[in-house]
Amino acid sequence: MFVLDTITHRLKRGCETMVYPDGPAPALPDRHGGALRVDAAKCADGCTACVAVCPTEAITRAPGKPVALDLGRCIFCTECVAACPEHAIVQTRDHRMAVRRREDLVLGAPGQEELRLAAALDDKLRKLLGRSLRLRQVSAGGCNACEADINVLGTIGWDLSRFGIQYVASPRHADGVLITGPVTKGMELALKKTWDAVPGPKIAIAVGACAIAGGPFVGHAEHWQGADSVIPIDLFIPGCPPHPLTILDGLLRVLGRLEGKPAGEAPAGKVPRG
Amino acid sequence: MNTPETLAPLANATSLPWAEVPQWSVAEFVTVVATALEGGGRLCAWFGVPAVSGVERSEPAAGQGALRLVAVVAFDAENTLAVGRSLPFSGKYPALTPRNHQAHLFEREVWEQFGVVPEGHPWLKPVRRTDGTAPANGEFFRVDGGEIHEVAVGPVHAGVIEPGHFRFQCAGEEVIHLEIALGYQHRGIERALAGGPHRATFAQMETIAGDTTIGHATAYATVLETLAGGEAPLRAQWLRALALELERLANHTGDLGALANDVAFLPTSSACGKIRGDFLNLTALLCGNRFGRGLVRPGGCRHDLDAERAKTLLARLETHLVDAEQAATWLWDAASVRARFENVGCVYPQQAAAIGLVGPAARASGLVRDVRYDHPAGWHRFAQAPVAVWSGGDVLARARVRWLEIQRSGQFLREQLASPPEGDIGEPLAPTAPDSLAVALVEGWRGEICHVALTDEAGRFRRYKVVDPSFHNWTGLALALRGQAISDFPINNKSFNLSYCGFDL
Repeated sequence: MFVLDTITHRLKRGCETMVYPDGPAPALPDRHGGALRVDAAKCADGCTACVAVCPTEAITRAPGKPVALDLGRCIFCTECVAACPEHAIVQTRDHRMAVRRREDLVLGAPGQEELRLAAALDDKLRKLLGRSLRLRQVSAGGCNACEADINVLGTIGWDLSRFGIQYVASPRHADGVLITGPVTKGMELALKKTWDAVPGPKIAIAVGACAIAGGPFVGHAEHWQGADSVIPIDLFIPGCPPHPLTILDGLLRVLGRLEGKPAGEAPAGKVPRG
Repeated sequence: MNTPETLAPLANATSLPWAEVPQWSVAEFVTVVATALEGGGRLCAWFGVPAVSGVERSEPAAGQGALRLVAVVAFDAENTLAVGRSLPFSGKYPALTPRNHQAHLFEREVWEQFGVVPEGHPWLKPVRRTDGTAPANGEFFRVDGGEIHEVAVGPVHAGVIEPGHFRFQCAGEEVIHLEIALGYQHRGIERALAGGPHRATFAQMETIAGDTTIGHATAYATVLETLAGGEAPLRAQWLRALALELERLANHTGDLGALANDVAFLPTSSACGKIRGDFLNLTALLCGNRFGRGLVRPGGCRHDLDAERAKTLLARLETHLVDAEQAATWLWDAASVRARFENVGCVYPQQAAAIGLVGPAARASGLVRDVRYDHPAGWHRFAQAPVAVWSGGDVLARARVRWLEIQRSGQFLREQLASPPEGDIGEPLAPTAPDSLAVALVEGWRGEICHVALTDEAGRFRRYKVVDPSFHNWTGLALALRGQAISDFPINNKSFNLSYCGFDL
């Protein structure tokens, strides 16, 4: 008798959607670590221990210059955190990582030890999209993990639609595109056509290390090293893949929906739902 | 040299010196492999290795651009694998596909990568190669007739899913033929592996198919450990086995939810969407990442599961399993769901065997094949779950197999969490053996993952072949659609839930 079962189940369980962003954000898994912070001032002269272990060459150090960590290329393997003798690269446990400009993802320079988080859209766009954002997702050569955690935001624990954000079937119904993957040569035409089919004004969001810079496949000739080589990007959300909370933060941040909301985390031990 | 009679036997997660892999002229080799397949073998991998004279000291001088073919065949009933290779040749060879359909995509792939023509191949066209700004799809199969219409779907689909192109030939609602064209996700993974391992190789192995991170990472790590002449510490093997089942739980639960959604059965759909995430969070409890990134490492694992954490894991697992059972029960209890799943998208056992289906799709057609049971390696040598089989071959069967596997994975995890082995979780890898061929099979949640490495004289990868289960199974989806209403494509597609990126590499 699934009809009665499901109704009693629902009554018993109540609302399963998280209180965030009106309350604290759910805690990241304790081994997740969140965003990275780079205190290049701590680096020993000439030390390149982190450069050597980075699988995606996200870390560079020109002679005589401070170390530079590109969180857009980073796949958060934390090999650099383990390798650094001076603890110059540390995990912040902060889930917030989305930025508006590609260069804001490069850490290390004085004053740029941590990410400069995304500013909201300008007033005009915010008025248009702030309460209703329809996105056409284009998967363009990733591994399907970003797609999976984009999908998760639609489930009952996260309930993305309560913010007026929805994934739509047609670019004609969309206010923007949500891109995953480095944009393979094989998806170049399809992405351009999809982008062209979205009526303006429109925004483009790159989710994950692949869509920002090529991710684990950086340097391969089979793709475009990130979506901004093909279309202009308004929001970059790093991670491999980004935690759903990181993606949600990015979407809400760019829409200006986090202003005046509590920023802290839930007490330890409380796990996100779904 | 005497002509060997049969392929050389080897077990899962073992290696063989390249010189000891038996070889035949290419025509004889095709016959030997065809005979092995007729005798109950299953084609796990078939690939080309460029022969370079001077590099291979044990072989006759090869012509410029000459190629060898290599076959890995599984004899599931005998729990053994077997390998063989052809002598170097160029130009063309008699195709295996007319004698055994399992070779169909493999021979197209070798043709695409190396230009050797399998003569007599019935449908020789690109597999994943890019031509300009889109994959080189070639001509599609067309049915002619006044009532016939063609439907083209993709690469960008309606939902949040990977890109692929489906070309249907229909008479009214009825699908006469479906051709699936992929390659949109091609990132050059195999090409980049040559001369490796490189610094990015392990991260690339974890992202061959992001929802199968543990499966592919375990296969890759096993290949390296085998080539190094050892194996990971037992505790690391145990951790990998746990993570593999957590990966299965998350994906199977998600699939049941997706199937429910496609027949508009929302209670199970919404519940499973959430429970899937709960299972992903258990993997995150292990290693911080919901998809298991950074857990496996060649030589062992990177994170341990202490007693306290194991207790938390088990407690949360039990809660989520109860939730999953509730959601699944609604699904099976609803006559409206059964009516939509039953007798839709049938793949008959003979068809499944003929095209070499693997994983839940094969088991839903009554085939008893599961690497964990047939070719146990790692922790599965000590602990196994019963193989979950269902007859019928329809959408219902593929859903039921997933539910059986959810239950059995749950039970497996309970048992294994109760008896952890002691010891380290990783040790440094010894140098990899030169001029050797190593094979590793892992039963991922979609089915058999096959990694084959051939090293050069310095122990680096001369050739590395990855076969995702989807490579075997996409043909199954095409067969399932024959004679079905085109409106049933979504539930058929979800019932297979194959990987585009795992296929495209």
